[in-house]
Amino acid sequence: METISILPPELIRMLIAVIIIISFLFLNAIMMGYLERKIAGHVQRRPGPMEVGFHGILQMVVDGVKLLGKELLIPFNVDRTLFRVAPLLSFTPVILPLLVIPFSEKLQARDLSLGLIFIVSMGSVNVMALLVAGWGSNNKYSMFGAMRAVAQSIAFEIPILLSMLAVVLMCNTFSLKEIVGAQQKIWFVVLQPVAFLIYVIAGVAETNRAPFDLPEAESELTAGFHTEYSGMGFSLFFIGEYTNMFIVASVATVLFLGGWHGPNLPYGEYLGVVWFFLKVYFLLFLMIMIRWTYPRVRFDQLLNFAWKYLVPFSFVNILITAVLVKL
Amino acid sequence: MKQYFSEIYTGGKSLVEGLGVTFKALCQPIVTVQYPREEIDITPNYRGHIDLVLDPEKNTFLCISCGMCEKSCPSDCIKVKGKKMEGEKKKTLVLFELDFTKCSLCGTCVEVCPKDALEYSQEYNLAAFSREAFHFDILKRLEERRT
Repeated sequence: METISILPPELIRMLIAVIIIISFLFLNAIMMGYLERKIAGHVQRRPGPMEVGFHGILQMVVDGVKLLGKELLIPFNVDRTLFRVAPLLSFTPVILPLLVIPFSEKLQARDLSLGLIFIVSMGSVNVMALLVAGWGSNNKYSMFGAMRAVAQSIAFEIPILLSMLAVVLMCNTFSLKEIVGAQQKIWFVVLQPVAFLIYVIAGVAETNRAPFDLPEAESELTAGFHTEYSGMGFSLFFIGEYTNMFIVASVATVLFLGGWHGPNLPYGEYLGVVWFFLKVYFLLFLMIMIRWTYPRVRFDQLLNFAWKYLVPFSFVNILITAVLVKL
Repeated sequence: MKQYFSEIYTGGKSLVEGLGVTFKALCQPIVTVQYPREEIDITPNYRGHIDLVLDPEKNTFLCISCGMCEKSCPSDCIKVKGKKMEGEKKKTLVLFELDFTKCSLCGTCVEVCPKDALEYSQEYNLAAFSREAFHFDILKRLEERRT
């Protein structure tokens, strides 16, 4: 007890939260990888992974071990520092947004009053990592992938921010906990259906997933920005992508689907997390289905879609919201 | 302006329809076969390597060891030997070998056989570590099938 009492209790709380979040992050990547492959299989009328464990449930664990055991190749003539830093840069900022997400009324590492802005700013750092990876790889494909990632991110960040702002206007706060609290009676998806739709579309684009996976575009750019990465470097990008998906889905849950609210459970302050995860994984399921349904868009279509459709609609939406709130 | 909105409507509708199609496929049973564990019946028209026809009445081969197949084979991969047994007029087959590494599965031997004593086998799972594994002793295969 002596060692614990000299540390401030808030610090210990944060430390435990970070450890739980990091371990959850790996678990989420494994689950999502399995789910993705299983759903992809069944959509194409085949069983998906079946060999390792019951219905291939341990497949991703085995793959992880394989990736751990692989050599980290550094190609000839690359910028060694940038090349090494990029995967870490993609992995680290995705941990931080999870600290401010309220999983249930009491399960939140830290309730920042600017939580939403914190999440958005951390999301932008991820694009930086893609740019660094593409630039550092000294490879045409990687470079193109990185450039596309940046252009795409700039285009789609605006509708995301505007659709978030519509919700913020309604409840007058950036704190995620208070936003969820404001949805006690009615979820914002009912009041803001257009903003929700725009957020989900732009969110899929923001996580660089099909049909907006132009930075990776395996048929055009081999693997885009992570062409040159092997072993753990690649798997950090991979975990980063799945965690980004989780963050986008959980922000959508917080902003539009009423966070932890749902039918009453015993110990609702903590067990609200069940409803939260159900909603998040429903959105993730939807994102996976979208990936296996639609073909990849062309780059001009992608930018046209963002600037001609999403941005004007979110502007009109925010204008109407502002007028209605003022009345 | 009208076109702008009608494009959104038709586009959005087709996207939702597409999701419906994949969701339906997700719920339907799988159609692929888990090969090493499940096998589907091979069609009777499958043309594998040749086999001797088993005569169900006499419970032996129909081959009269005339050697037509050996002569007609373009790849020169069949070897037939017959021997005159004591007290018998005709020759009896004692050796029928197929070098499957050279066989092109043209089927000329089956066509040319005067007694229709050759047929295609249903074997398709052929894999081995050595070349010699594909030097089939067709006569021995027949002996194994005999009851």
